[in-house]
Amino acid sequence: MEVLLFAVSAALSVAGGVGVVAARQPVHSALSLLLVLGSLAVLYLTLAAEFLAVLQVIVYAGAIVVLFLFVIMLLHARTPESRPSPLGGQWSLAVPLGAALWAGLSYAVLQLPAGSRELPPEFGSTEAVGRELFSRFLLPFEVASLLLLVGIVAAVVLGSSPAPSSVPPRSASGREEA
Amino acid sequence: MTVPAAAYLLLSAALFTLGTVGVLVRRTALILFMSIELMLNAVNLAFVTLARVHANLDGQLAVFFVLVVAAVEVVVGLSILVHIFRSRDTVDVDEVDLLRG
Repeated sequence: MEVLLFAVSAALSVAGGVGVVAARQPVHSALSLLLVLGSLAVLYLTLAAEFLAVLQVIVYAGAIVVLFLFVIMLLHARTPESRPSPLGGQWSLAVPLGAALWAGLSYAVLQLPAGSRELPPEFGSTEAVGRELFSRFLLPFEVASLLLLVGIVAAVVLGSSPAPSSVPPRSASGREEA
Repeated sequence: MTVPAAAYLLLSAALFTLGTVGVLVRRTALILFMSIELMLNAVNLAFVTLARVHANLDGQLAVFFVLVVAAVEVVVGLSILVHIFRSRDTVDVDEVDLLRG
């Protein structure tokens, strides 16, 4: 059962990852990202991290992806990347480099000793995580709340000020002339 | 744990690699952000797996803080992106080259 769950979730998340990178429309990338985040939430459940699984769905799938979708809607981006890249051969270089990175990471991962410890009951529950969060990790928790405040203030400031008009938008034909 | 931890970690490595390739090849700033989210999630999966292997909650708490930082990063980054789009009418990272020497 657990093997089946892992296989399905892993396949879905890799498919979603490929979708994020390869989709032509930003909306398709955002929805692929949603697929990755959802299947990772399932994997968190199989790894005894129920609090994080819930948080993943609420914060990532519920807030961050929706934010992405809103921004895609606001930008009404024209068909992206239609013109050829000024830096040629990015794909042909990036794919072998990516394969090399994956091989290196896999080699490092397979060096780890196998086996796992017995879990205490209630491992990863909201209560257990919360107890740690408000005792040993209290200072980082407060700093994180400060960081969230900074994020709110930044979003309000950036969102309310008028766009600077001193920078002339580059003409679409600028690169062809040069 | 019937599925070995190495399988989870290999999946995490694959997702991280996909995110890296995305940052290398795509030019739409939005998709660059999504690829960065992909890499953050790959690292989160590794944290949760190793927390399970060592029966230690510290890894799960690290994921909690990564989540907070990722949320703030996306909010600030996307509002900067909207700003750039309003002033330059593009989100292509190759077009935003005011600082190029």
